[in-house]
Amino acid sequence: MNIGKDLVAASATPLVLAILTEGDSYGYAILKRVSELSGGRLQWTDGMLYPVLHRLERLGCIEAHWEASPQGRRRRYYRITEAGRSHLAAQRRQWQVVDDALRGVWLKLAPASIG
Amino acid sequence: MANEDTIEGQIAQWRAYLRRRQAIRGADVEELEAHLRDQVAALVDAGLAADEAFLVAVKRMGNLDAVSREFSREHSERLWKQLVAIPEGEGGTRLTASREILVVVALAAAAALAVKLPELFGYPPIGSGEGLADSDSFHFSNLSFFVLPFLAGYFAWKRRLERAGCLRLALAFSAAALVVNAYPFSPGGHTWTLAALHLPIALWLVVGMAFAAGRWSTVGGRMDFVRFSGELFIYYVLMALGGGVLTGFTGGIFAAIDVDVEPLILAWVLPCGAMGAVIVGAWLVEAKQSVIENMAPVLTRLFTPLFAMLLLAFLATVLFTGRGIALDREVLIGFDLLLAVVLGLLLYAVSARDPQAPPGFFDVLQVVLVASALLADAVALASIADRISEFGFSPNRVAALGENLVLLVNLAWSLWLYARFLAGRGPFAAVERWQTAYLPVYAVWAAAVVVVFPPLFGYQ
Repeated sequence: MNIGKDLVAASATPLVLAILTEGDSYGYAILKRVSELSGGRLQWTDGMLYPVLHRLERLGCIEAHWEASPQGRRRRYYRITEAGRSHLAAQRRQWQVVDDALRGVWLKLAPASIG
Repeated sequence: MANEDTIEGQIAQWRAYLRRRQAIRGADVEELEAHLRDQVAALVDAGLAADEAFLVAVKRMGNLDAVSREFSREHSERLWKQLVAIPEGEGGTRLTASREILVVVALAAAAALAVKLPELFGYPPIGSGEGLADSDSFHFSNLSFFVLPFLAGYFAWKRRLERAGCLRLALAFSAAALVVNAYPFSPGGHTWTLAALHLPIALWLVVGMAFAAGRWSTVGGRMDFVRFSGELFIYYVLMALGGGVLTGFTGGIFAAIDVDVEPLILAWVLPCGAMGAVIVGAWLVEAKQSVIENMAPVLTRLFTPLFAMLLLAFLATVLFTGRGIALDREVLIGFDLLLAVVLGLLLYAVSARDPQAPPGFFDVLQVVLVASALLADAVALASIADRISEFGFSPNRVAALGENLVLLVNLAWSLWLYARFLAGRGPFAAVERWQTAYLPVYAVWAAAVVVVFPPLFGYQ
């Protein structure tokens, strides 16, 4: 399934922040986690994740540090900050509202087959 | 393993390609590369051959143009820093880049010193009284030669111009220098002043040929030169402002300890800075090409309506009061400059416009501007013709007549093409083609004023 660009962009921030609450991580692993969580249905263009990470870093939601990977290469790890956690909480409340509204309206609709 | 090596080579190539993006910095490249390697490793584990894995990983990374655009959106400040950063070219060209800086500094220094050179031969120094634009000074008529040959040289070096091209450039500059200095002008005469004023216009085209190298005969090559000229002008003004602030402070703090540095500033800092800044400005424009939205089109959008209003108000006043245009040289120069600015606005609007876009409101504005400029030019021409029929030909009047005719022809045909485009009966590219095809006409006319006028009018 192809998910619209706007929806991908809007959900990127909460997804990344939520994944980082599970523990520090780096770009490739975050993408893998997104893919796992969505059962492979949510596919991001890999390169687009990094500008998102850098924006969150600038906003102070996450912080970054370099660490050596097992193969000896450097990897940039990201960690969620307090500000990031509260931002995530706020986002979660907003998404909850959207989710509730959508659920309400889906139930009213004929039991359409969704995919 | 041979396969391993080819992968390393491919990754190195990809990295070099990424590095050229101005918005993606070294650390980002490293981060993206680590990602690419992880992806390749995972795909190889899943059973793909290394080179297939590389291709898939690159594809998943996404279109690098789009990615780099996202980076630049997030890091727009970097683009500005890149203005003076070392531009990175094909793999391992840091060397050429730093060599370019050396060349630029050397050429700027050469231009700065060239302007002081005549003093060694007994010419009065600049700033010793009448200043740079003193119309009796040797410097005024030779101003172009202190800087334009160096600028042309920079492009000849940068574009690796072949020997014949370099020779042509040298020939053009030498011939011009010969004419200006060997003609038996009467000192401070009309033809001399006209020659001094027109020489830079003619020589600017020579610089353009060096700039565009092999592409001078193409619309794109000439348009690039037009863009370059506008951007250079903007940079030059910015540098002049900065220089003004700097010299202001210099004078101020030295005055505080009772040392008068003004003579030094006038004799050295100002003239040398004014010459060197042209080269440095040209380098900056070159270095930031494709990095940020060009400035000239933005200013064009801002000033097109304002200039259209100015011209309309002027025309209305002329109609209402019935006044003709005074024919002092300063007034005529100012008037021609105004029309040249209008042409500049048209050119930059043309250069920045998406030729595929349908006509819009701005195009209507553009047509209003051109039409009012055309009318204003006609008014000026009427005044000049009037004066000529009354007092006969003089170098100034003929020069003014020629300039305004050259502009009139351009404006009239541009108006026709633009109107056709607005009416949906012609492509926009026709306007662009016409403008670039017309460029040499200015230079040819300017060259005629320099070369033909003095003997024609007896060097008066």
